[in-house]
Amino acid sequence: MTTTGLQPPPAATDRAALTVRGLRKQYAGRSVLDGVDLEVRAGECFALLGPNGAGKTTAIEVLEGVRSRDAGEVTVLGEDPATAGRAWRARIGVVSQGEAAGPALTVQETLDHFAAYHATPRSTADLLDAVGLADSSGTRVARLSGGQRRRLAVALGVQGRPELVFLDEPTTGMDPVARRQFWQLIRELRAAGTTVLLTTHYLDEAAELADRVGVIAAGRLVEVAPPDELGAALRRQATVRWLDDGAWREVRTEQPAAVLRDLLAEHPHGEVPGLAVTRPGLEDVYLQLVGAGAPEVDA
Amino acid sequence: MTATVPPPSADRASRPAGPRPSPPPLARISWARVGLELRLFARDRQQVVFSFAYPVVMMVVFGSVLGGDDSPGGVPFPQYFLAGIAATGIMLTSFQALATSIAVERESGQLERLQLVGTPPVAYFAGKAGQVLVTTVAQVALLLPVARYGYDVPMPADAGRWLTFAWVAVLGALAGTVVGIAASALPGSAASVGTGVSAVAVVLQFFSGVFFAFSELPEWMQTVAGLFPLKWMTQGMRSVFLPDEAAAFESGGGWDHAGIALTLAAWAIIGVVICARTFRWRQGRE
Repeated sequence: MTTTGLQPPPAATDRAALTVRGLRKQYAGRSVLDGVDLEVRAGECFALLGPNGAGKTTAIEVLEGVRSRDAGEVTVLGEDPATAGRAWRARIGVVSQGEAAGPALTVQETLDHFAAYHATPRSTADLLDAVGLADSSGTRVARLSGGQRRRLAVALGVQGRPELVFLDEPTTGMDPVARRQFWQLIRELRAAGTTVLLTTHYLDEAAELADRVGVIAAGRLVEVAPPDELGAALRRQATVRWLDDGAWREVRTEQPAAVLRDLLAEHPHGEVPGLAVTRPGLEDVYLQLVGAGAPEVDA
Repeated sequence: MTATVPPPSADRASRPAGPRPSPPPLARISWARVGLELRLFARDRQQVVFSFAYPVVMMVVFGSVLGGDDSPGGVPFPQYFLAGIAATGIMLTSFQALATSIAVERESGQLERLQLVGTPPVAYFAGKAGQVLVTTVAQVALLLPVARYGYDVPMPADAGRWLTFAWVAVLGALAGTVVGIAASALPGSAASVGTGVSAVAVVLQFFSGVFFAFSELPEWMQTVAGLFPLKWMTQGMRSVFLPDEAAAFESGGGWDHAGIALTLAAWAIIGVVICARTFRWRQGRE
């Protein structure tokens, strides 16, 4: 696998960290995951991108071994999460949305307590530093801001030096500075060889961090690609718009130059009023993939 | 050479070379849990006040209002009441406190975090049991002097009675702990679990001869109470604090220590079975 860019991330290996085949899950007859296939390689950073309710959290919970599945084969670090034991769980780290040990504990006390659950925990001082909570180490969890609680959740998720880290919408509620800091933390984890699977509904986050992005919509993985190749077919489609007798005309095409040539031939002497050629940005592609907004129907 | 050294931060995140050591033993996590539970308890003012003040305040109220009355067998009421309120205190620090606090921990996602770090459920239960034991001892240590010096309740002089006190308290706290853990899994919000559990605790106090002499209660009430641990705990405590002549007023005409031990043990076992089947780290759909 080759990567371009200023800071090439460490290459993912050929070994699979996790594989999913035909994963299905229903709640009360409603299908939440409808046949998901997925493979994440060891050392890779994979982002599951999708709108709320697409099935991201359910999928990640099945992989973490905390939610049952109706059908499908799932292997995470060589074991089925539904039956794997403590030794397996010690190898994975989870950054969840839940609380820590109790709101009456300080940040430092919380991290010191959970160190007892790991064979070789990262030191509390190191964790506080890495997530930017060193100045709040003596603050009780009850008094932390939402963003600071997320940072604590991140620290708890990586405390046991996991080989594979699951992050479910890790930066929700963080301010831009905290997000950047968090991204740096993910890069450090990756530099140490950790596999990362995160869910997000932020496109820029997926593009910034992930080697590959899986777009999930209505319980299905609709596309898997490196961020800059996401929706390649959709991106080739350019839109040519112009005004024709006061009415907007629009053509979607993979050959905009040909359309333009015809258009210019029809107007050999004058301007083409309102002429514009646009290509979809990452966000337009994403919205089309998840079947949400339809950018072409603006009046 | 410095160019090939990875950045220090990456180094900190990486694992030591060699195979990953096995997770820490159960005993170490259990020990950490006991310490944590006690620390959290001490910081929860509401729980501290309720656990420690309730039996003492009740002792003061009933001792002052009904101090001159006699219970069956000519036992002064404060002496009779001490047995009941001591048993009640144990029920509160175990059954009621645990059912409520575990439901809150589940609702707030604290149990989910424990599940995600691979906490053995037994270690979690051990932490709760340790906390119950310590708070029960502290509670009794507060209550007994109030009864002794405030209301002239005589303390037993022989070691045999204190031994009875110890096993009734420990067995009762154990049964209360497991039944409390089991009750925390009742459906509904943490607030509704708390309300339901308190309601049960209050009704049991009236049915089990805490506020009124048990032998004077209607027979059907006695029968219902006989199914639950509190009646047996109060009976055990009466066998500690009341003179032997008062045994004649018990439902079976004696203290029936075997019956007490069997009933409390049965509840502990039933509680363990229910916990094993119903305990869950998370709330909601599956």
